[in-house]
Amino acid sequence: MAGKAKKTTTKGKAAKQIKRDKATRRLSAKSDRRAKSERRTGAKPAKRATGKTNRRTKAARRASAKPTRRTKADRRTPAKRTPAKRAPAKRMTARRSGGKKPAFMGWRRKNGRVGIRNHVIILPLDDLSNAASESVANNIKGTMAIPHSYGRLQFGEDLELHFRTLIGTGSNPNVAAVVVIGIEPEWTGRVVRGIAKTGKPVIGFAIEKHGDIKTVANASRKAKEYLQWASELERRKCQVKDLWISVKCGESDTTSGLGSNPTVGNFIDKFDAWGATTCFGETSEITGAELNCAERGKTKKIGQKFLDTWQAYMDEVIEPHKTDDLSDSQPTKGNIEGGLTTIEEKAFGNLEKIGKKTRYIDVLGPAATPRKGPGLYFMDTSSAAAECVTLQAAAGFVVHLFPTGQGNIIGNPILPVIKLSANPRTVRTMGEHVDLDVSGILRREMTLNRAGNALIDITMRTCNGRLTAAETLGHREFVLTKLYRSA
Amino acid sequence: MAAPHYIVHDKTDSVGVVVVEGVKKGQMLTGWVMQGNKTVRMKCLNAIPIGHKIALKPMKKDDTVLKYGHDIGKVVAAIKKGGHVHTQNLKTKRW
Repeated sequence: MAGKAKKTTTKGKAAKQIKRDKATRRLSAKSDRRAKSERRTGAKPAKRATGKTNRRTKAARRASAKPTRRTKADRRTPAKRTPAKRAPAKRMTARRSGGKKPAFMGWRRKNGRVGIRNHVIILPLDDLSNAASESVANNIKGTMAIPHSYGRLQFGEDLELHFRTLIGTGSNPNVAAVVVIGIEPEWTGRVVRGIAKTGKPVIGFAIEKHGDIKTVANASRKAKEYLQWASELERRKCQVKDLWISVKCGESDTTSGLGSNPTVGNFIDKFDAWGATTCFGETSEITGAELNCAERGKTKKIGQKFLDTWQAYMDEVIEPHKTDDLSDSQPTKGNIEGGLTTIEEKAFGNLEKIGKKTRYIDVLGPAATPRKGPGLYFMDTSSAAAECVTLQAAAGFVVHLFPTGQGNIIGNPILPVIKLSANPRTVRTMGEHVDLDVSGILRREMTLNRAGNALIDITMRTCNGRLTAAETLGHREFVLTKLYRSA
Repeated sequence: MAAPHYIVHDKTDSVGVVVVEGVKKGQMLTGWVMQGNKTVRMKCLNAIPIGHKIALKPMKKDDTVLKYGHDIGKVVAAIKKGGHVHTQNLKTKRW
């Protein structure tokens, strides 16, 4: 976890990080204005920057046994933050609500992608390697193991999806470095080579011929090295166009379609106009609204590509395997408890998440990375929350918006999941899981536009480092999509 | 603006959604039709839980139920205006 990673740095640095977090929380609104003022004043702020940096570096040296190396660019960074401290926060928030493009502080990786977390992960290739991976994460505090259930005897498209998901997870810009552990070296190497294409540090360890204990010892040494390296990487100012945002709803009820999903839709419309890359999925759950969804394709051809994907899901998954009319699975028991009666009703509520104007520009296979630049993408996924979010994380999305009605509590190890709810009962009874309460929409106290801006605010704060409810509660659901039985 | 007891998405909809807890049988309810921003009133026939649907007009078997202005399924048991609409009287046309 990023939070833990920070702890491994010195006290002085940690204190500064907290201070900086406070500043960055208010930062996004000001960034544009600040950038402008810096352009206007030219060399002047740079001079001021140097003075600040000297004090800062001195303090850091005092506190740190190991002096930090700083490039010129590094030195400029803290100075840019100083005007933020003087600015009144409230007024600036109001300015952003007026439609200013927000900015945030993220980690830019070697391949150009931007992350909002800085995890060092221990990634098992297969079920057999979970134990060693968890031992390494237990040894090296601040790293995170991501155990899962598969990776043996898979074949064909199912195996391809397994590799794509693992490589994508390691390649996600929220991950700084990766230690891969597998039972044997061949497939372990394939995952390592895939992740290495991003340019980030990655290494593989195979258990055969070594055993768990020696593997854990070797992998732990490397994990420690990666973690200390990652803990010194600094956040840099990034723009909305650097941000990849995924959306998926869960334990929906009728309040989802009335409040939390349209709030996400309002957000998507705004971020689409600002050039962000966004993604929605849930193939089965669009049933009943599939023609309306097809109309939201950028072109007829893309709409048709969605319809073909949806039809294939019906023909290959639902029809051959259903034993009843699915009314007890879709909608789920939770959906029904919340007042949703039919899949059609659920589908129209679901589609509210993609806004009123935004059109998707491509249809992605599960865990496939968007290749057509900024815009909204549809991904062929299951509608089960953890499966869908895991695939979106593997495709490279760095922050997730999750509207819920009855209170789905999902998280993901590497993709921060921001939860919002419009159901006042859920907010009251499960408040610790909810990052944003938009129940005011149902009381006519909050317009959709205001709710959308509140979601922008909490999202930018999350991008700047605020931990989500799911992160604080330890929700790390990492669930691989399995297409069929293994060989 | 007073908080509504139920909300209707589209003016063509045949159902609304109860958005407050504790709605009682026979209670006079205030509704908000989002499309067109209209306030309406109706008496409810059942104690309807938060999130559950209320019928805006009488419906007979095989009628299509509209929400979001779209077809969300068919009536399988007659529903009176102000009645609770859920799995006992509404079913998908899909599966």
